[in-house]
Amino acid sequence: MWTFLRRRLVTSAISLVGVVIVVFFLARLTGSPASLYLPESATQEQIDEFNRINGLDQPLLVQFWDFLVGAVRLDFGNSIWQRRPALEVTLEALPPTLALAGIALALSLIVAVLLGSIAAVYRFRSPDRVISVVTLTISSIPDFWFALVGILIFAVQLHLLPTSGYATPAAWVLPVATVMLAPVGVLTQVVRGAMIDALGAGFVQNARARGFSKARLVMRHALRNAALPIVSVAGDRAAGMVNGSIIVGSVFAFPGVGVLIMGAVLNRDFSVIQACVFVVGIGVIVVNILVDALYAVIDPRVRVSAGKGK
Amino acid sequence: MAIESTDAGAMLLPAPAQRRTGFSLTLRRFLRSPSALLSVGWLALLTIVAIVVPPFVETEANRQDLGLRLLPPFQLEHGFAFILGADSLGRPELLQLIMGTRTSLLVAVLSVAIAAVIGFGIGLVSGYFGGWLDEVLMRIADVMHTIPSLLLALAVLYVLQPSIMNLVIVLALTRIPVYLRTARAQALELRERVFVESSRSIGADDWRIIWRDLAPLVVPTIRTVAMLEVASILLAAAGLSFLGIGLQRPDVDWGMMVADGRAYLTSAWWVTVWPGVVIVLTALAANLFSNWLRAAEDPSQSAQFIRRPRRGKGIS
Repeated sequence: MWTFLRRRLVTSAISLVGVVIVVFFLARLTGSPASLYLPESATQEQIDEFNRINGLDQPLLVQFWDFLVGAVRLDFGNSIWQRRPALEVTLEALPPTLALAGIALALSLIVAVLLGSIAAVYRFRSPDRVISVVTLTISSIPDFWFALVGILIFAVQLHLLPTSGYATPAAWVLPVATVMLAPVGVLTQVVRGAMIDALGAGFVQNARARGFSKARLVMRHALRNAALPIVSVAGDRAAGMVNGSIIVGSVFAFPGVGVLIMGAVLNRDFSVIQACVFVVGIGVIVVNILVDALYAVIDPRVRVSAGKGK
Repeated sequence: MAIESTDAGAMLLPAPAQRRTGFSLTLRRFLRSPSALLSVGWLALLTIVAIVVPPFVETEANRQDLGLRLLPPFQLEHGFAFILGADSLGRPELLQLIMGTRTSLLVAVLSVAIAAVIGFGIGLVSGYFGGWLDEVLMRIADVMHTIPSLLLALAVLYVLQPSIMNLVIVLALTRIPVYLRTARAQALELRERVFVESSRSIGADDWRIIWRDLAPLVVPTIRTVAMLEVASILLAAAGLSFLGIGLQRPDVDWGMMVADGRAYLTSAWWVTVWPGVVIVLTALAANLFSNWLRAAEDPSQSAQFIRRPRRGKGIS
């Protein structure tokens, strides 16, 4: 178990360094911030001064080294755009996104387990077909369009929900629904597949022979065994939540990492881009490790085989 | 599951015979499935429209007429082109949608094809040889998995000029790991099989084994994944255009049209709604067809094509 986690941690750290390197150079390719922040008429001295203050006059590799040294100490430098430490800016944006992603993922899981289990129990019969068409339709709706149509119906026509903001619970309804759109369809299909496998297994057949009710069979016996693929796919969706956050930020002006990333890219704010990616990367890695740990909690067989030092 | 069944079939039956039966069986099932027929019909219609119509309507589609701006839909007095209304610059929605169809389909198909071919090739080689190169490639795939795809696309498209080709490159780039992992996982499993061993024993070199023994068995899976990916690429491309970083006028696609309509959401719903409806229908058709195809070609799922007695028990 611990060797497994340790191995996972090492490979994750390598991934993170890779991500950081890619983003560092990618961000530099978007052009010089000087041309964006200084007026057209700026003299060469002013440009040099600007670059010197922001450390952009150094050779690229020196900048990269400084960045790496800083990153180890969690110092990503100052945001050119907001004139504050980049990490501070990023961490401020994190809570709304985490809350949004957490709520959306949890609701998606609940919906998916319900629908997927029903579909599995009534496999190839009408409830299964209906659920399959519904989930396929849900996965076919572009999230940004869903958000706009949601505004059109619930805010413009019915005056039930606000078009933006995040202070009231009502303002969360459309953003959460928008972010749920991508994971819920996939998760339902995964639950269905895993549940069909689990329901066919010997111990479930055995429990069935002993006369347990269908609901108990599904929720107690099969779900626990179907949990592995479900948890794994849900964890896989973690990075995708940032995509949802960007869309929700754009349509609902919902604060969070999405708005920040869009703004940082448009403002060539390298330090904030890097801090964002670093924090998101850490988040994804934490989720992946949690998923692995959860495997072991759910399924004792994983504990045994992983303990053998895979 | 799919891997083993395909393989088992290939081992039990002589390959050509199995192909023929498989295909005609699939075709028969296809003709009996309303959802498959409908979705292929829609996709075929779109493809034909996208290829045939744009050259004839290109000028008319982009002609701006401020007198007709935000013209409501379902009116025929300005001609059939305005049946779906007009956008904020008085361009006919219907013709804009047709121009958008060409771009959206082209981007989706090209991105999927490029990502699938590259991912398939690299994954196969990487899985077969293993070793440090395999490790490095997997770490790169992990890295791409850790960066949110939209962020990568944002950054790259911000550097490159917005254009159809750059959009395709970015989308393909973000999806390569999907195929790479699939192909690698299969290659990893297949290389231990007896038939690979026997090929090697009669003197086949590595490349011959990869292309003659492994590739034919991996292709069906890659094809299935690629079909599944069409819809999500379509949505991803539309999303990038919606955010305003995918394309630039005069190129237009469905996502860009939704973005155009956004400012007039309260006064002119049709400008936002139509392109979205087309996206949903197209993605749904692609999803339905690929789902159906996967089920039809997978023997373990063929139970659903057999008519079941009404009183069948739920749990098998």
